[in-house]
Amino acid sequence: MITSEDVEHISWLASIKISDEEKEKFVDQFNSILEYFHQLDEVDTEGIEATYRVVDLANVFRDDISCKSLTSEEALKNAPRRENGYFKSPRIV
Amino acid sequence: MLAQLKDQLAAGSAEDYLQSLFDKIEHSKLNAFTTLAKESALSRVNEFDRKPWPGLLAGVPIAIKECISTKGIETTCSSRILRGYVPPYDAHVVERLKSEGAIIMGKTNMDEFAMGTSTETSCFGPTRNPWDLDTVPGGSSGGSAAAVAGGEAPCSLGSDTGGSVRCPASFCGVVGLKPTYGLVSRYGLIAYANSLEQIGPLTNTVEDSALLLEIIAGHDWRDSTSAEKGSYLQGLKDGIQGLEVGIPKEYFGEGVDKKVEKAVWDAVSALESLGAAWKEVSLPHTRYALAAYYVIAMSEASSNLARFDGLRYGLRKEIDQDWHTTFAEIRSEGFGPEVKRRVLLGTYALSAGYYGRYYLKALKVRTLIKEDFLRAFKHVDLLAGPTMPIPAFKIGERINDPLSLYLADVFTVPINLAGVPAISLPCGFAGHLPIGLQLIGRHFEEATVLRAAQAYEEAMPFYLKRPEAI
Repeated sequence: MITSEDVEHISWLASIKISDEEKEKFVDQFNSILEYFHQLDEVDTEGIEATYRVVDLANVFRDDISCKSLTSEEALKNAPRRENGYFKSPRIV
Repeated sequence: MLAQLKDQLAAGSAEDYLQSLFDKIEHSKLNAFTTLAKESALSRVNEFDRKPWPGLLAGVPIAIKECISTKGIETTCSSRILRGYVPPYDAHVVERLKSEGAIIMGKTNMDEFAMGTSTETSCFGPTRNPWDLDTVPGGSSGGSAAAVAGGEAPCSLGSDTGGSVRCPASFCGVVGLKPTYGLVSRYGLIAYANSLEQIGPLTNTVEDSALLLEIIAGHDWRDSTSAEKGSYLQGLKDGIQGLEVGIPKEYFGEGVDKKVEKAVWDAVSALESLGAAWKEVSLPHTRYALAAYYVIAMSEASSNLARFDGLRYGLRKEIDQDWHTTFAEIRSEGFGPEVKRRVLLGTYALSAGYYGRYYLKALKVRTLIKEDFLRAFKHVDLLAGPTMPIPAFKIGERINDPLSLYLADVFTVPINLAGVPAISLPCGFAGHLPIGLQLIGRHFEEATVLRAAQAYEEAMPFYLKRPEAI
């Protein structure tokens, strides 16, 4: 069972603030969704490998040559705040 | 239809045609489009009319889903958090379309970040089904499907993570193709669950689908999972004499609408009369596919969507606090409830102590589901079944019960887990609402899927029936 404290902890990990009202709703919804997920427990997966990707590709290499990329102006164009050619972030410490 | 349209446009006026679409969209109740690229598109067709250029889609307008990057045209994934974002580059598929002479006419509505089955979670409001305005068009590429079904665009692109091209194709009565994982480059597709998703065409006919695939498929060095393409137009009309079709028994029975079931069986009979043979096959892990899919998709989403923090693009608050508080508030305001649900559940599934129980377990079940398909394809060339267990439902009917919405994806998600190609095409009606037939092929055997779909469509041309003018 997921509790209201669990939802609060997950929302902190995911960096999404949630209201008390959302929290209560999520507790119920998450419990019913997770209960549905628990049917996976019925499947015997002893000795079965995990499938991370469906195509058999490994170590796709290309030559390390420089090519055209976005200009600094283009890369910064969508930033809500910028300063001296940099993205401006909130205070870290 | 696109081939004929192209000839008409070259002989007549591409500008008049495009303008007639824009006029129609302006008076439309569908809400299929989010942004119209009027200025750039009209100036391009004007240029085309003066001096036509060659190309498989020369002068033909196309609508692009909100999550596929288009240089200079706002691309938001129908989310508040990306409002105002104008990509400085084109997705690979958009580059390919442009190089074949197509005109990007605008962007189409979708469930926020492609998380949905109904196109109701968009920040632009719901899209309506052209067959019944009180009904959902399916999702998440609901705008792309409704635009084609409603005659507002001759073709469009969507993306399919767990059925997001095939579901709206089924609900809106158009053709929707999800290619083999890796056939189409995902460069410029804003990621939701990268191990599952592919870009695919939504069109009126199977031939149009093959034409668009011919253009967008193929290796792109910017997506290391992308593969070499085959040939899709050649041999398209060779028929299906001797083709072995498997009918997965798990795709019928409980939970499947009787009218859907009958329409699909009628389609199987039609395939048989065209020279195919059918037999029952089993995909025994089908019932676990939904749970495995949602665990994997949510886990990947929680990681992919971590980049939306208002720093480099999108929503930003007026006043900054410390970074965690600031980002948490931006993400709280920018994401809608379904996105929050999936990111939070994905975070939970990947968190310490639960990784093995949920994520790793789901990946192992994914192996079993993929093996189900590989085993079936040793005996048959193609699988046939319903795309969706039900016809389109009413707007508002399921949106407050997330699990009931998830359950509608029961026959589309196994295909993404296995990475195989599948097409949905119209095979009848439940009352006035279309029903979709799903044909599933072996990895990279799109040509077989399309050839069977083409044979069926020629025999049973449901695409000729279009919704009444709205």
